[in-house]
Amino acid sequence: MDFEDTPEEAEFRAEVKAWLAEQAAEYDLSNHGELSVDQQLALGRAFQARKADRGYAKVTWPRELGGMGGTPMQAVIYDQEEEKYDFPTVFFGISVGMPIPVMRRFATEEQQQRYLVPALRGEEIWCQLFSEPAAGSDLGGIRLRALRDGDDWVLNGQKIWTSWAHISDYGVIITRTDPSVPKHRGMTYFFVDMKAPGVEVRPIQQAAGGGEFCEVFFTDVRVPDSARLGEINGGWQVAIATLMEERFAVTEASGGGASLEDTVRFLRREFDDGESGLDDPIVRDKIAQWYVAESGINNFHARQLTGLSQGQLPGPEAALSKLVIARKLQAQSAYIMDTCGPAGAIYPDHPISRASDYRMAWLEAAGYRIAGGTDEILRNTIAERVLGLPGDVRVDKNIPFEQLG
Amino acid sequence: MNFDFSEEQKALQSEVQRFLADRSDLSVARAVLDDASMSHAEAVWREMLELGWAGIAIPEQYGGVGLGYLELCVMAQELGRSLAPVPFSSTVYQFCEAVLRGGSEEQRGAVLAAVAAGETIGTLAFAEGVGFPAPGRIKLRCEQGRLHGEKWPVADAMIADAAVVLAINESNEPCLCLVDLAQDGVQRRALDSIDPTRNQGALVFEGAEAQLLGKAGDSAWAVFRAVLDAAAVLFAFEQVGGAEACLQSAIDFANERNAFGRPIASFQAIKHKLADVYVGNQLALSNAYYGAWALASGADELPLAAAVARVSATEAYENAAAENVQVHGGMGFTWEADCHLFLRRSRSLAVLIGDPGMWKKQITAEFERKVA
Repeated sequence: MDFEDTPEEAEFRAEVKAWLAEQAAEYDLSNHGELSVDQQLALGRAFQARKADRGYAKVTWPRELGGMGGTPMQAVIYDQEEEKYDFPTVFFGISVGMPIPVMRRFATEEQQQRYLVPALRGEEIWCQLFSEPAAGSDLGGIRLRALRDGDDWVLNGQKIWTSWAHISDYGVIITRTDPSVPKHRGMTYFFVDMKAPGVEVRPIQQAAGGGEFCEVFFTDVRVPDSARLGEINGGWQVAIATLMEERFAVTEASGGGASLEDTVRFLRREFDDGESGLDDPIVRDKIAQWYVAESGINNFHARQLTGLSQGQLPGPEAALSKLVIARKLQAQSAYIMDTCGPAGAIYPDHPISRASDYRMAWLEAAGYRIAGGTDEILRNTIAERVLGLPGDVRVDKNIPFEQLG
Repeated sequence: MNFDFSEEQKALQSEVQRFLADRSDLSVARAVLDDASMSHAEAVWREMLELGWAGIAIPEQYGGVGLGYLELCVMAQELGRSLAPVPFSSTVYQFCEAVLRGGSEEQRGAVLAAVAAGETIGTLAFAEGVGFPAPGRIKLRCEQGRLHGEKWPVADAMIADAAVVLAINESNEPCLCLVDLAQDGVQRRALDSIDPTRNQGALVFEGAEAQLLGKAGDSAWAVFRAVLDAAAVLFAFEQVGGAEACLQSAIDFANERNAFGRPIASFQAIKHKLADVYVGNQLALSNAYYGAWALASGADELPLAAAVARVSATEAYENAAAENVQVHGGMGFTWEADCHLFLRRSRSLAVLIGDPGMWKKQITAEFERKVA
């Protein structure tokens, strides 16, 4: 039992480390001054193209598709090493992670030739148009209508929470094609040109100020039948395939907030009476509690990576990571604010660093508990798919969609 | 990354699991619970001794099987799952561990060989009533090789043949003493415990003969803490095993029990509760692995890893045991249902080698030292 790479893994890690170190001067954001989003995107596209040249843009894909024919473990090793830098890769995570693997599975040979490589190279960006105002956790409740018209389909309706739609060139979309049947049986999956007439993208400003989520309105948007992925009314199966796209996300146990080390350094500060914040037994109890949670997540990941290294893909139990991390981030950030007294609620003129800005982390945590599967849905996933408990009673299961309230 | 037990270790675990399911199901723990005259399941313990379990991790030179801590970890998980009412933890995690870490070559040779041969039940006597011992707070004295004072509670006090006893010497320094309990200067008193499936008692020493185990002073205290760290990892596996048994019991019952026209397992109030228990168990298991790695590899961070494993497993087990009762409803709170066996064991294990607060203090102190 150990935490060591196998010799092959160590060799690959060394290669990746060396390559990333060479890229840092040109592409790491910390080596640049203040950059606008457009400038970051341009820099990101250039970096993405270099990644694709090495096969790192999709490690597990074959070389002819722009990958390097690597193992899932090698993909994780690349991600672990890349994460140590601040490269502008945030724009491509969803694009390369979800829609593009679905295109590889469901698009025609010709379409794959046309779209896959430009996406891996960051020349084109893809988004995933799933959620709607009335369909969040219950994705099967989507209403955006696609009506057949000759060789085309005509789309009308609205999507929401679409990450990076405002910079996307294409998107995959799930639509309602037959409202006269129960909801999961009347949906069809397409890919769409985000620059097509009738597509309107409006960024949403989030509670914490961030704006990568968008609303997307479709008004008489024409999509050729050749852009359909999967069967007519067989969209649910394609959507499930998108969501099941196995990828081991490298998640920091800190959840992007202050690390526990930084938290200890911060709490160690002395107050006017000369006492360190760490003298307080309540503070010490909290640190122990967070350490147990963080260590639990890190060691759980180590167990999962061991499975991956031996060729087993992670199962639905992976859902527990975010469930633990997001709640801990919220509690830990709030507690650090508590220790500051009334000043805890004030934004300092110069936050120590983005990573240790626990005020922002506290606000972001409220959204983190929802994005990509709410705490409640993740608990359902664990209960049903890991523990094998029965699903909830589905009162809408056999009722035609158009008759639902 | 190879953060897992080996195939051989997993095979051993299955073997132990099969043995316990066959010879020590919950009816065995219940028999000890119901019969106040039973200190442990003697027949099961004898079979374990015949299989060589007591000496599984004792080096071959002392007559043991010579396997390591990782093998003990997987066994501990199964012993915890089955609630086997036997003096395994006191003898193996505490007594042998103290002799191995503190004893001279001669003491190891004599004492460990007797354990491996199935001739000795051992224990570690450190508590003196309410509270946890500190070097300045020990009252039991060792003067000219003789012990005076009282220790309680002591696990398996009524059945142990030998004990390692934490004492202070003539110069008020802490020391560890090896004592044969079959002598006139030793009195035993049975104690009622929240968990009668495990024996507890008081040991009263009135001039009993004892041998010093290692040197007195700081080093004796360091040995004592190291023994506790090792035991914490092994108990963590027992606790995780118990927590897993509670979750399985709750799942089985929730699937079977109908209310409001459907299995209660289909209600989110139950599903979310059990999902949370699962999450706690997985974190605890993962942290127990971390403890196992630190223990088996002799890592410097053992005090941190052991404390993390201990706190995580204690919280998981107590939560799983309490929620198992809750899911079972009124039936879960009857003497007849098995839920309270786990509830009792979870609480007794939570305090047996120091309460969660004490171990949390150790986590923060160790972590703080690591952070420059």
